Amino acid sequence: MMRSVILHGAMIALLIALEPMLSEYHHGNLARILVLATYAVGYNILFGYTGLLSLGHAMFFAAGMYGCALMVRLAEWSVGPAFIVGVVCALVAGLVVGLLALRTIGVGFMIVTLMFAEAAHLTIAYYNEYTRGDEGFTIPQAVRSVAGLDLSDTTTRYFAALTLFSLCLIASAALVQSRAGRVLVAIRENEDRVRMLGFDPFRYKLLALVLSAVMAGAAGAAYAVLFGYAGSTFASVQYSIFPLLWVLLGGPGTTLGPLLGTVLMFYLVDYASGTVMPGLAAFVEGSFGIDAPGLASAYLLLVGIALVLLVLFAPRGVLGVVRARVVPWLP
Amino acid sequence: MATVGLLTASGLVKDFGGLRAVDVEAFTLHEGEIRAVIGPNGAGKTTFVSLLCGRFPPTAGQIAFEGRDITEMPAHKRVALGIAYTFQITSIFSNLTLYDNVALPAQRRVMLDGGGSVARRAMDALERVGLADRAMEQAGAQSYGHQRLLEVAMGLALGPKVLILDEPTQGLADSEIEDFIALIRDVAKETTILLIEHNMPVVMALAEQITVLDQGRVLAEGTPEMIRADAAVQAAYLGG
Repeated sequence: MMRSVILHGAMIALLIALEPMLSEYHHGNLARILVLATYAVGYNILFGYTGLLSLGHAMFFAAGMYGCALMVRLAEWSVGPAFIVGVVCALVAGLVVGLLALRTIGVGFMIVTLMFAEAAHLTIAYYNEYTRGDEGFTIPQAVRSVAGLDLSDTTTRYFAALTLFSLCLIASAALVQSRAGRVLVAIRENEDRVRMLGFDPFRYKLLALVLSAVMAGAAGAAYAVLFGYAGSTFASVQYSIFPLLWVLLGGPGTTLGPLLGTVLMFYLVDYASGTVMPGLAAFVEGSFGIDAPGLASAYLLLVGIALVLLVLFAPRGVLGVVRARVVPWLP
Repeated sequence: MATVGLLTASGLVKDFGGLRAVDVEAFTLHEGEIRAVIGPNGAGKTTFVSLLCGRFPPTAGQIAFEGRDITEMPAHKRVALGIAYTFQITSIFSNLTLYDNVALPAQRRVMLDGGGSVARRAMDALERVGLADRAMEQAGAQSYGHQRLLEVAMGLALGPKVLILDEPTQGLADSEIEDFIALIRDVAKETTILLIEHNMPVVMALAEQITVLDQGRVLAEGTPEMIRADAAVQAAYLGG
């Protein structure tokens, strides 16, 4: 318990200490990573600890994002209350989807969540008039402030993102070391046995799903507020796959895995799309005389390859391996 | 003191497709007894006790516990009432420590009682089966015999009124079986035991009452002496 407090405290302290050292470029990146890592922390509760693989988490991220951004855009609410609306939207979405989707297991659960998310994505596109679909809309800088703090300022934005991330990290660490967390892990390991020990697995899975959706929604709402943009890409299947990838990379069922995975993948994609893929495109053109403009922006190819390699060779992720080999108490 | 029917079943039927796996007219488990259910392979023993503890619903019939109809009650609620089931195929949480394995049912008991120490209850359960000194080891790394004992400890940590043991001695060495018999005798002082068992010496050593199932039906019921003497049982099961 004490070790866990020190570990998570040190992680947060490190992120605070890092702030003055960051260049403008990494500053923006890290704020974005912290918001996305919050999303991954939420995803990890369901996937890493409870063992439920959702392919539709983008709907919860988008519920938070649009719940918040549309209140600002259409109802002209200030961002603070709008943020809360976003989180509540994700909570309701998690509850409704959970009550229906948790009747299924395994592949069925994956398909049902995927379908719900597709329906949500199409709904956002359908109400183009309000949501502006793919193109999305911006939230003007003038309204992006809360309690006198300008959230578009890089330092303020960084600390706002860090605050949200820290809250969710601490909540997830507390959850997984609590009695309810022990039941979630047991469900992942052997659901039938948990039932025969007198627990109702459905209730615990619903709890995990709703908490997961709330964190995803908070991340989505924070993204809209901190970066001033909402678009339907965030509701697409791509954004359901990303958290799975981040968590798999960092270590499913470890509290710090989601952050590590998000950082690694963010910079991998950054490097790939900025250096590797354009270089590859130039090489192909130079050597074979084939013009391949698509190749330069095909960084998602690398994402796909990374996913396949992870599932095949390192399903426990970086911190999963660290836990198995070096630090057995890692939460 | 007259014994009362703790767990009863009447007209209990389970069909799997066209196959009638269980067809038990009447069954009564009395409080405080050790009851063995025996029968040849495929006689429906596991299916029968699975119906009692609610792992799946019956096709027809009623089940009552302490006079209350529990036919429709989901398994986890029956466990909360006091019916614990230990699996035939060892069904522990291999990746967790022994302690975490028993902490889970201990926690359930503490939640039901509205108080108490999870750690103490968990360690008590491990103590009783003799695994306390291995509490922090990983369950999957234990020998088969220890895993079977852990399975029993998980049942004990629930503090059940009825403990259903599904072939608990399967795969145990003779020396382990001796200890196991002593353990069950000890447990039986405070808990009613329903034991599915293939090993006849174990049955004869432990059971006060025996129910013989054959093709889903109750072929005979009675004390070990009566069952041993029963011609029908000998023909069907004991090999004549």
